[in-house]
Amino acid sequence: MGDVTQAAGSAARAAAERVARQSYGKLVAFLAARTRDIAGAEDALSEAFAAALAQWPGSGIPASPEGWLLTVARRRLTDLARHHKARDGAADHLSLMAQEAGSVGDGSDIPDDRLRLMFACAHPAIDRPVRGALILQTVLGLDAATIAASALVPPATMGQRLVRAKAKIRQAGIAFTMPDRVDMPARLDAVLEAVYAAFTQGWSDPTGMDQRRSGLAEEAIWLGRLVATLLPDEPEALGLLALMLHLEARRAARRDAGGGYVPLDRQDPALWDAAMIRQAEDILLGASHTGRIGRYQLEAAVQSAHAIRRFGHAPDWPMLEQLYDALLAITRSPVVGLNRAMVVARTRGPEAGLADLEPLHGDARLAGYQPYWAARAELLGRCARPDEARSAYDRAIALEDDAGVRAFLRSRRDGLDGGAA
Amino acid sequence: MKYMLIIYRDEAAFPDSRMAGDHSAAYIAYTEALKAAGVLAGGDRLQSSHTASTVRVEGGETQVLDGPYADTKEQFGGFYILDVPDLDAALKWAAKCPGAAQGAIEVRPMWVM
Repeated sequence: MGDVTQAAGSAARAAAERVARQSYGKLVAFLAARTRDIAGAEDALSEAFAAALAQWPGSGIPASPEGWLLTVARRRLTDLARHHKARDGAADHLSLMAQEAGSVGDGSDIPDDRLRLMFACAHPAIDRPVRGALILQTVLGLDAATIAASALVPPATMGQRLVRAKAKIRQAGIAFTMPDRVDMPARLDAVLEAVYAAFTQGWSDPTGMDQRRSGLAEEAIWLGRLVATLLPDEPEALGLLALMLHLEARRAARRDAGGGYVPLDRQDPALWDAAMIRQAEDILLGASHTGRIGRYQLEAAVQSAHAIRRFGHAPDWPMLEQLYDALLAITRSPVVGLNRAMVVARTRGPEAGLADLEPLHGDARLAGYQPYWAARAELLGRCARPDEARSAYDRAIALEDDAGVRAFLRSRRDGLDGGAA
Repeated sequence: MKYMLIIYRDEAAFPDSRMAGDHSAAYIAYTEALKAAGVLAGGDRLQSSHTASTVRVEGGETQVLDGPYADTKEQFGGFYILDVPDLDAALKWAAKCPGAAQGAIEVRPMWVM
């Protein structure tokens, strides 16, 4: 009985949190749209949001969550405006927000400006590394400490970056508008890049031990869904969502029972989430109907080509090579070149893969990239060049922060001994 | 909102004598376009940076130094003040400024009194 009550309690908490988050982002976007004062809107909503998280699990989610939050926020705005009055121009913003908060009745018909808010957060005038964090905070209400933990920076540093970025939006006059048609591709790409950056921070925790980091991947998927829902005709928004779902579907298989790292080709596909994979496939198919291919759709297609193992099929390696060719043409990324070389090693043998890797050797962008050295070591090992393989593994191990991955790389290196001269 | 477009360009690449030619024509056309759009709120071109003097008062003493405040690869050579709705509008105008193709334009919102 105790367990049942507890489970129901945590389900109620999760539901309350979901609704509060959804309403929170809408209200920040709504309140800040005209004044561009995100910090002011967040200030006004912070108490309301905390109150909702405390009360809703017990009292139930109100019929109009937005109306509920706005009522609490309006009182706070009136207080804040009074407090600021003599000091600065912020009082005008806050009074305007208080008026707006009072103008929407039960809150059921407030406009959804979250996409405009995201475009403002990912504006080219905002420092690129902070864009994803800014979106997580303003749209989802995540605190700086949670975001900082996944970005591996001190909370105070993250807090400062976020404050500065919000001040820039307000002071530099970055508007909450939809980009025009000419600017749309580049501006959307910036939003998608920010969302994907948040996802990879959550996903690049292969041991899955850090709850806060893995939670971030789910939040990013939520954002990806939101963007795809609000821009259903943008194939790249759908492509990114499909890509994240494909990767997330493998979460349970990415570590063994002891918490050890398991690379993709050794994962047990039975542990992959089949429902999530099917969802990713449907979304990717929808994107392909627009006939406008792009980076995220291609990356999702790469993951799709691996995902068929879940349904008992072997990956189609020649097709993977083609997908990487197309990706390379779009991105010119050395990481794509690296992945392509690994596919070539499967289709035409390790010597051919190693030969394709050769032009990348000495690329400054890869010198500090662990997967490059691990891949090189792997191919050297298969080409019976154990000494070079060993030193490449050493390099990879030295570059890896995660203990689980380091242990995996060490075991691969030590496995070379048998073949050593 | 008012923004200042601060024009930086390499003076060595644009000696004063050449400024009278195509370069000036491009600026005249740009300025006319700003006027026609009703966004121009001010602006001027400066003499080259070797004409600059830099003044500071330290401990009650006035010090005057020959030359510009910052010795940079590209020099501050002129400015426009625009009155436009938001940063995107200011950035679009900055991209059209002849100086954007020859140097760089810094776009700064003006302080609201």
